[in-house]
Amino acid sequence: MTPADPVHQTVEAVYAAESRRVLATLIRLLGDFDTAEEAMHEAFRAALEQWPREGLPVNPRAWLVSTGRFKAIDSLRRLARFDALDVVSDAALAVQDDVAWADPETLEDDRLRLIFTCCHPALSSDAQVALTLREVCGLTTEEIAHAFVTPAPTLAQRIVRAKGKIRDARIPYEVPDQASLPERLEPVLRVVYLVFNEGYAASSGTSVTRCDLSAEAIRVGRLLVDLMPEPEAIGLLALMLLHDSRRAARTDAAGDIVLLNDQDRARWDRAQIAEGTGLVERALASGQPGAYAIQAAIAAVHAEAPRADATDWHEIVGLYDVLMKTAPSPVVELNRAVAVAMADGPAAGLALIDRILERGELADYRLAHAARADLCRRLGRMADARASYHRALTLSRQEPERRFLERRLAELGELT
Amino acid sequence: MKYLCLVYMEQQKLHAVPDRECVACGEGLRQSGKLIAAEALQPTETATTVRVRSGKMSVTDGPFAETKEQLAGFYLIEARDLNDAIQVAAKIPPAREGSVEVRPIRELAP
Repeated sequence: MTPADPVHQTVEAVYAAESRRVLATLIRLLGDFDTAEEAMHEAFRAALEQWPREGLPVNPRAWLVSTGRFKAIDSLRRLARFDALDVVSDAALAVQDDVAWADPETLEDDRLRLIFTCCHPALSSDAQVALTLREVCGLTTEEIAHAFVTPAPTLAQRIVRAKGKIRDARIPYEVPDQASLPERLEPVLRVVYLVFNEGYAASSGTSVTRCDLSAEAIRVGRLLVDLMPEPEAIGLLALMLLHDSRRAARTDAAGDIVLLNDQDRARWDRAQIAEGTGLVERALASGQPGAYAIQAAIAAVHAEAPRADATDWHEIVGLYDVLMKTAPSPVVELNRAVAVAMADGPAAGLALIDRILERGELADYRLAHAARADLCRRLGRMADARASYHRALTLSRQEPERRFLERRLAELGELT
Repeated sequence: MKYLCLVYMEQQKLHAVPDRECVACGEGLRQSGKLIAAEALQPTETATTVRVRSGKMSVTDGPFAETKEQLAGFYLIEARDLNDAIQVAAKIPPAREGSVEVRPIRELAP
């Protein structure tokens, strides 16, 4: 059989569509990540051998789970012959009822179990991200390492350690109960948003966006909304879609940053905006809007403005006021100040930014200085603008952003 | 599965939690069948560290590591899994003043 033949292609398509579901169920049945991964690969190897002979099974996913499970139990039994029986995982050897594992609701729950386990608060934030991309999204260790500009061995070790902790500290493979759901959903959403942001505004490197990570984050976001339509999960998906809708307009042909006000709105993805605004309404309709839903609502106000100068900045300031009550932070305060500058003029915004900078929490935050520089520039305070652009430039590690700041400095009559 | 919940407190906060609260916590855990053992410790000034190197014993004053938070006591518990253990740890009264480290017990190989 060659990679070009139809069965091989079918198996590949089934792998792309089903491997994460198969893995999620095998982890539950076998009780261990590594055993489950090995079993899944065995099952796909068996599919390549048997499907050409026997034809495609009626339910390929069920076939793969069942085959993977038997392969794992076989190899555990072989091991058990050489070793004391009690070292073999009880979960793996316990003969499970075929009907029970195939119950559709249990199967859907397996995908949630996998997400909640990968994002368990007892794992470090780095480990949560790496494990989610590896196990939930199926990215390779090399792909994750590349995306986060981290050496592959470091990343591999991070994943091994996290799996070790799941096993040794016995982090359970379960969907949290209603009582602990808010505190358990929070890190899940944070991981998804972190991955999205790393893809949307890479914190370092030569390119502004890394689409793959954003696409993965949106995929997991969709999965969460499908499986567990909590208002904040809906809010987060809306927020990601609305930000992502501007992707094509955010950089020019040379890869340089185009600010929101200067973007060609014809290049915004209307389908994503429509889906995003629909989700915002759904999230807000739940009553108490959370931080993601409010941020999505702000993004929706931008998305709905036909031109930059038609933006309803007063509504945006109002939404930031709500956000400051729900999730106050210096960065939210800074964004509010920028909105105030748009609604009430640069002087009003600058006064707020200076007050925030005086408090010192954002003294090393590049965007605070860039925002201050912009407002000073618009007020004609060129020396202040230059000083703030310089400060932002020394703090920026991202190439296109540095080019943008250098361009602004050059426009102020200073060549860098 | 067994977990050891190590209670860490800053020295000056050692008495911030009344003894009777800790006694009640231990009693509650005992009744639920989750407690194996629990004790509070004397402050670190009373600690002695023992080492044996090349067969020679050395004894030094004080704890192994001087840190801001000191080991103040422990609860050895039986829990279903880490989530269950975390629920127990969160109910240990000093958790609101100091911190509780939850460590799974490793069964020694015979």
